[in-house]
Amino acid sequence: MLRYVASKFFYMLVSLFILISATFFLMKAIPGDPFMGEKKPSPEILARLMEQYDLDKPVFQQYTKYLGNIIQGDFGLSMKHQGQSVTDIIVDTFGPSLRLGLIAIVVSVIVGVLLGMLAALYHRKLIDNLAMIISVLGIAVPSFVLASMLQFVLAEKAGLFNVMGFDGPLDYVLPVMALSAQPIAFIARLTRSSMLEVLHSDYIKTAKAKGLNWFAIMFRHVIRNGILPVVTYVGPMTANIITGSVVIEQIFGIGGIGKQFVESITNRDYTVIMGITIFYGILLMLARFVTDIVYVFVDPRIKLSGGKEG
Amino acid sequence: MEPILQVKDLNVSFRVRGGEVKAVRGVNFEVGKGETVAIVGESGSGKSVTAQTIMRLIPSPPSEIKKGEVIFQGQDLLKKTNKQMEAIRGKDIGMIFQDPMTSLNPTIKIGKQITEVLVKHQRMSFSEAKKQAIEMLKLVGIKNAEERFDQYPHEFSGGMRQRAMIAIALACKPTLLIADEPTTALDVTIQAQIMDVMKEMQQRLGTSIILITHDLGVVAGMCDRVIVMYAGEVVETGTKWEIFKNPQHPYTKGLLRSMPRLDQKKDEPLIPIIGTPPDLIKPPVGCPFCARCDEAMKICERIDPGATEFSDTHMARCWNLHPMAKEAQSS
Repeated sequence: MLRYVASKFFYMLVSLFILISATFFLMKAIPGDPFMGEKKPSPEILARLMEQYDLDKPVFQQYTKYLGNIIQGDFGLSMKHQGQSVTDIIVDTFGPSLRLGLIAIVVSVIVGVLLGMLAALYHRKLIDNLAMIISVLGIAVPSFVLASMLQFVLAEKAGLFNVMGFDGPLDYVLPVMALSAQPIAFIARLTRSSMLEVLHSDYIKTAKAKGLNWFAIMFRHVIRNGILPVVTYVGPMTANIITGSVVIEQIFGIGGIGKQFVESITNRDYTVIMGITIFYGILLMLARFVTDIVYVFVDPRIKLSGGKEG
Repeated sequence: MEPILQVKDLNVSFRVRGGEVKAVRGVNFEVGKGETVAIVGESGSGKSVTAQTIMRLIPSPPSEIKKGEVIFQGQDLLKKTNKQMEAIRGKDIGMIFQDPMTSLNPTIKIGKQITEVLVKHQRMSFSEAKKQAIEMLKLVGIKNAEERFDQYPHEFSGGMRQRAMIAIALACKPTLLIADEPTTALDVTIQAQIMDVMKEMQQRLGTSIILITHDLGVVAGMCDRVIVMYAGEVVETGTKWEIFKNPQHPYTKGLLRSMPRLDQKKDEPLIPIIGTPPDLIKPPVGCPFCARCDEAMKICERIDPGATEFSDTHMARCWNLHPMAKEAQSS
């Protein structure tokens, strides 16, 4: 187990290094600079700014210097927001995104699993068909389309919610719906098929032959085994929801990290782009890593082993 | 001998698209106390359906019990509610299935899977149940039972899992054990061990056993009486010796002939029963075996043969056994 954690950690560092390098050079390949805009500074000031942020040096030199800085935990200052460090920006903007993301994750898992379980229990009946129609729609309709539709129908026409903004608890409803539609659909399908498999398995027949009642069979034998595949999916989904809110935050005007990320790219705010990319990268890797570890505890058949010992 | 189980005129069908598969058609038999009864026959002959109907384990729909009675300890199990059956399953009747690799829940410890029955039926506390479960594991021949108690099914071999299944089925000391092809999925040496465990447990607990199998070798080693099923009907029943020494029905004879023998020459082919069983959506009106029977007469196609009794225990259903059959053939 310890060996597994160590080797996984090493690979995570390697992927992070590749991610940083690739993003850095790609970013530099985009034409323009942070100081382009409607009010172009005078050439003297521009030269000063370039010098201050080391942008006048060769790209490779900038790269090595940047690497040196982040190893010391210094992600630099934003080039657009005067005097704000990248770390501050991430800390400030991650809050709303995290809250939104966590709610969406909880909603996705609960609704998805319930829908899938109902579909499995009423296999080939009306409920099953409805659940599967919902989940096909959920997978097929992109979240930004759904978001606009929700805004139009529930906010604009019905007037139940604000079209944009992120102040009261009600403002969470539409973004959460838009964010969790796809995961709900996926989890529902996953749960349904694995529950059906479990319900028809021999050990459920054994459980019946033991004289256990329906509740004992469902809660002790069916549900746990039926939602195992969902555990595998939740890790990557967590990362996807938190990073995937980039578009949703933009649509609903939520001042989260996703919106910040998009802005930083349009502004060529180099340090912020790098900072958020690294942050997202770490988040994704951690999510997968935690999934692996959690799986060991929920499925006794899985043993983690690190390195070459298979 | 006082029968503990009587199956009377049992008829079970399955609804499928295109009709109704009449899987069990008028089956009668009895199981006495402490007796071991084998039900043999090829796949699709209705053996497992009969067994699972006794336990009321086949889902309905698609299955439907058309008529019949299953009298167990004086009560008709087919009239019980599901709740009443739950109290009988695992307590008075235990069951073992064919494939030990898939019959245990992979995510629950072996011990927990045994204590589950004890807690449910004997109202034991977990620690009492644990003690009892370890005792059961020892009885079925699992070494280091204390350690094994906390292991998962994937840490057990196939034979050990089947032993654990036996421990589960017998934990509450049931009056009847139904073993549905308990050795089919195991290799031969393990088969013998499992049969030994079952025999030993039977002697210790006085349990009656219904053993469903294709394997006539297993029957010879373990059973008192044999029921031969074909196409959902009982075609011959008798004590083990009556069936092996003096088979009457052509199907039983064919089954015995098809068994490989130790004194057989290496290149001598096995003797199969040619043909396939009839379609049970439209079961034949006459003898179900007549299309594959060497001794078939005209009447076999048209009228189902009645039972001919040779002793109190030996019965077969074949027109050739009718007193007038000789004359019919010669004319």
